[in-house]
Amino acid sequence: MTVFVVLPVAFCLALAVCTAVPQLGRLRRLSGIAASAVVLVSGVVLVMAVLDGQTPTALHGQLRVDALSAFMLTVVGSVGLTATWGGLEPRSAPRTTASYPTLVSLFLGAMSLAVLADNMGVLWVAVEATTIATAFLVGHHRNRRSLEAAWKYVVLASVGVAIAFFGIVLLYAATLSAEEPTLSWSLLDATRPPLDPSLVRVAAALAILGFATKAGLAPMHSWLPDAHSQAPAPVSGLMSGVLLSVAFYAILRVQAIAVPVIGPELMRGMLVTAGLLSLAVAAALILQQRDLKRMLAYSSIEHMGLLALAAAAGGVLAVSAALLHVLGHGLAKSSTFVVSGRILATEGTTSMADIRGLLTRRPGVAVPFLAGMVALLGLPPFSLFFSEVAIVVAGVQRGLTWVMAVAVALMLVLFASLARHSAALMFGEDPAAGVPVDGAAHGPRLPLVIALGATAVIGFVAGPFSTVLARAADVLGATP
Amino acid sequence: MSDSVYAQLVGLFGGVLLLCAVLIVWRRSISAEVRLLAVQGGALAALVAVLGVREGSAELLVVAGIVLTLKVVVLPGMLSRAVAQHGAALREETPLINTTTSLLALSLLTILAFLVSRPLLVLGDDPAIAAVPVGIALVLYGFLVLATRRHAFSQLIGFLVLDNGIGTVAFLTAGGVPLVVELGASLDVLLVVLILQVLTARISTEFGDADLDDLTELRD
Repeated sequence: MTVFVVLPVAFCLALAVCTAVPQLGRLRRLSGIAASAVVLVSGVVLVMAVLDGQTPTALHGQLRVDALSAFMLTVVGSVGLTATWGGLEPRSAPRTTASYPTLVSLFLGAMSLAVLADNMGVLWVAVEATTIATAFLVGHHRNRRSLEAAWKYVVLASVGVAIAFFGIVLLYAATLSAEEPTLSWSLLDATRPPLDPSLVRVAAALAILGFATKAGLAPMHSWLPDAHSQAPAPVSGLMSGVLLSVAFYAILRVQAIAVPVIGPELMRGMLVTAGLLSLAVAAALILQQRDLKRMLAYSSIEHMGLLALAAAAGGVLAVSAALLHVLGHGLAKSSTFVVSGRILATEGTTSMADIRGLLTRRPGVAVPFLAGMVALLGLPPFSLFFSEVAIVVAGVQRGLTWVMAVAVALMLVLFASLARHSAALMFGEDPAAGVPVDGAAHGPRLPLVIALGATAVIGFVAGPFSTVLARAADVLGATP
Repeated sequence: MSDSVYAQLVGLFGGVLLLCAVLIVWRRSISAEVRLLAVQGGALAALVAVLGVREGSAELLVVAGIVLTLKVVVLPGMLSRAVAQHGAALREETPLINTTTSLLALSLLTILAFLVSRPLLVLGDDPAIAAVPVGIALVLYGFLVLATRRHAFSQLIGFLVLDNGIGTVAFLTAGGVPLVVELGASLDVLLVVLILQVLTARISTEFGDADLDDLTELRD
């Protein structure tokens, strides 16, 4: 079993090295898919192992897989596969720049390391490494706008993550009172050393603040719309579905360490503030949004805000719903980002005012886009419907009634504006009437069908799936 | 090392760290700021070495060596070469707030640093713990530089001051983080600086200057 713990990280890093060789054209083209597939397979195998009652470890316990890690690895793999396979350029397309496949492999390797490590410090190093891997991916097009986005992204994300490091340092200082200072959460959870509450309070607040920056929660979200809108479409999908989710995972781990020491109040206050603010920012800015990819980026802020509220509520129901939401949002958002890339390729613009009547003109891209938007709007049968309802119900059960009431109101505003924008894109008056219908899909159709199909089905699949989610919530010490 | 020598050395190097940060905020010439950053890195390395000798920890001495190489030689070297390439050394930059105001802000931030580091003082009455506010002050100064300077290189320097502050707190409170994390963190900082430097070069070719006030195309 150990081999599957090391494999995702090792394979991605090896691939990153191999793809640096320009002669291996075919490997370079398919490397992202290979990396994601290996991560996904390892994730599924590890989920099986965890369901079997095992806790696989590797490298002297540096890597340790509990239910939460295994589930998150599956998310990284499946979202990665959707984004890289769906974003596969046709063979005739101009050759990608030298570093692109290497950086994507590095990104996937770092994300796998982040969810597999049993150490806050290593988790931090991996999250920061993704900033490095994605910096040039955001600035890939090398024009003014993408350079601006890349600069803002690197400065804000590095500073944010530096704050998280500050928090982790203080957490380590707090454990000096224990027998053996450690940053391993399994050890902290097993031994429950008497940590100093005032120190842990500062540490947890800083760590949450830092990782919230990376998770794109308001008010530290300003890098996100720029970076998502300027990056190549598959990279936007990876950032939205994988990077934000892993940053949220880091928040959950910090919370699980801090809550037994200082109680839930501080974290709940911070997360409720960030969650509601994110929903409000998204609601305010989607209404007037003119750019397709920026609209999707703000929708990611909305969903991260909802996840923050779920983490604030706590408890098995809220946490398992949040994890289901992470998976559903990741798959649906990476699919829509990939399609937005195809729309950009066929229409030559992402300005929503210039894209009308897509459904009649280009059904090949319009149908998957519409399906993805319906999923993101939280309509059944897609799993986001169930997870959103469960999060709201869990919040009310845990005494956050007013918070959830405000959240639902904001979500209705968001629903209305997203639906309005999508309807205009799909059915709006066609400016270029008479242009021949183009039914081509302009890229592989299968990954989008699988991803959106999975999003539609996972809400109904009970049994092993809900067991994994419940076990993962249990890892975080969630009490019913 | 006797207690009084130890306390004096910690105080000395803490003082140098703080002084360099103040001078960085005060000076406007970017090449002078880079030199000050190198001195500050040296003070941090010396501080780590003192702690290492005090605790008889070989690991800390290794870390001191890493800090010395990275923060005195590699990073300032990279920065000064880039500054020389862009000819930015000659240019005085105009921050958003004038020097008097920023020095006033520094004194307020220093007071703030002492206030917010109170929870940390529970860790003991060792001279190292007493010096923790220096690290916090450095973090706050770094934020100030990031928020008020408009030149790409100055923001980079602000980020490094911030990083030095976090490093200072880490070494003073916990004797550093585990070696694997320390190595990873150093590598990350190095790469971030490298990336920002490449981006700065691309921004100057694209915009003709590395003034971040020009970065206003993306907005809602």
